Amino acid sequence: MEISELKRLAGQVRRDIVRMVHAAQSGHPGGSLGCADFMTALYFHIMKHQPKPFKMEGRGEDIFFLSNGHISPVFYSVLARSGYFPVSELASFRKINSRLQGHPTTHEGLPGVRIASGSLGQGMSAACGAAIAKKLDNDERLIFSLHGDGELQEGQNWEAILFAAHHRLDNLVATIDVNGQQIDGPTGLVMNVESLNAKFSAFNWLVYEMDGNVMEEVIATLEAVREAAGQGKPIVILMRTVMGKGVSFMEGTHEWHGIAPNDAQLEQALKELDLATEDY
Amino acid sequence: MPQLSDIKLLNEKETRAGFGEGILEAGRRNPRVIALTADLAGSLKLGPFMKEFPERFVQCGIAEANMMGVAAGLAIGGKIPYTTTFANFSTSRVYDQIRQSIAYSGKNVKICASHAGLTLGEDGATHQVLEDIGMMKMLPGMTVIVPCDFNQTKAAAIAIADYQGPVYLRFGRPKWANFTAEDGSDFQIGKAQLLAEGRDLSIIACGHLVWLAVQAAQILAEKGISAEVINMHTIKPLDEEALLKSAAKTRCVVTAEEHQQNGGLGESVAGVLARKLPTPLEMVAVQDSFGESGTPLQLLAKYGLTKEQIVVKAEAALARK
Repeated sequence: MEISELKRLAGQVRRDIVRMVHAAQSGHPGGSLGCADFMTALYFHIMKHQPKPFKMEGRGEDIFFLSNGHISPVFYSVLARSGYFPVSELASFRKINSRLQGHPTTHEGLPGVRIASGSLGQGMSAACGAAIAKKLDNDERLIFSLHGDGELQEGQNWEAILFAAHHRLDNLVATIDVNGQQIDGPTGLVMNVESLNAKFSAFNWLVYEMDGNVMEEVIATLEAVREAAGQGKPIVILMRTVMGKGVSFMEGTHEWHGIAPNDAQLEQALKELDLATEDY
Repeated sequence: MPQLSDIKLLNEKETRAGFGEGILEAGRRNPRVIALTADLAGSLKLGPFMKEFPERFVQCGIAEANMMGVAAGLAIGGKIPYTTTFANFSTSRVYDQIRQSIAYSGKNVKICASHAGLTLGEDGATHQVLEDIGMMKMLPGMTVIVPCDFNQTKAAAIAIADYQGPVYLRFGRPKWANFTAEDGSDFQIGKAQLLAEGRDLSIIACGHLVWLAVQAAQILAEKGISAEVINMHTIKPLDEEALLKSAAKTRCVVTAEEHQQNGGLGESVAGVLARKLPTPLEMVAVQDSFGESGTPLQLLAKYGLTKEQIVVKAEAALARK
């Protein structure tokens, strides 16, 4: 897909995010908006994947794990718009009897989701297991995962980071959304996780850095890491993003981590976001 | 119908050794079986599996939370992962990982837990988990199996590979009476094992306490009391039909387990009886307390998990008929 088209699509994904969170009057717009460019690039340009019929095992496919499950709106939007389920179903987000639970789950059988996430820090371990399964099956496709920077405060991540390097899981590409924000404030004040580059390097990972809100850079980096796979080391992308990216009044503040816009704020947000295709 | 006199002690072996043989056989029968451990391959008797299937053995180091997640990821890839560590580190240490990544996510992971209960012995209460059955049976969709001896642990370790869904398999450390069928033909997940038919009283036990229940039944027989002995190796799903059939006949029940009374087998049995067939019920279990260091037999005696205590409770239950 052309870069210009990916950018337009990311705008549409952002529209979905604010509309879903507004309709539910709950959810997490900040991190979802910040990761919209990355998720769009992954699902519409980088990953080889099969939306229909969805297959849990994903043999011969690249597989994605969302560890920071609270940014489910961006996950649901790219899944729906790449054909895993009807786009109209986005309207059921966080509503009763929905497959689009507040945090993603396999429990309601939503295609595209392979494991529940929400309780933080568990996704990298699952990604490691899936990476081993691919190696056992001589399947050369990759495992991608996404994690929050604040999420790295959970100790289980560091068990998984040790594990992936020890077992030479060079088919694993973990991306960290480094937006520097978490619920209680800036990550550096709540519990500093830096320097992530030095930490991952010391744990024997290949480290890439990129601006996660510049589509050209996202595509170039993701293409580079595919080339770097298979060299005996797991790969991490430290992805700088702006929380709330694309909606001026939500940008760069933890205030919009987990609250919904009101009607006027929705209207303002939609004015700032291009309509690429059509709203659900 | 099986009689008490039919039960023959074959030898004494560790149930965890039965697990080691079972996972080896499961690995031979099914190439999707993967063994994971958190630095306890020796304690779980994985040596033969590691030797025969080195590529299907995953060492996780002392990091049980990650091991549970890795297992979930392997299950996504179509594998049948068996996680192995002590029961305490298989459950309470990693409860949220099991809850979200395995149970809620419906992953086909086999959580294999040795050194459960007081019979772990000298290491003391930090390692003697007595709450695990309760924790695991509360998780929606989790199957909980507590085999009674070496042969049955081996049979269970083989059977769970072909059983779809998350399973908690609990066994122990010490050498213990081995008396069930050598080929495991008397074991079926979810089906209570009637060991001895009786008229006056039902003794429902699991794990190491099944052998003590057999011995208690022998003592009761000498007193002229006919006890039915049921090995309720599958705590969940509970074989309600077998339980109700026995209780309807004997009208008097005793449960016995190496676990807290809160949350254990006895509580599951009590729930069924209270709802469907109110019956006098007594329980042999640990009474809201932690364990301590000691030999397995000393600990079982101190915490009231003995054949004599089963007899005492049996007589108490009989008196309430």
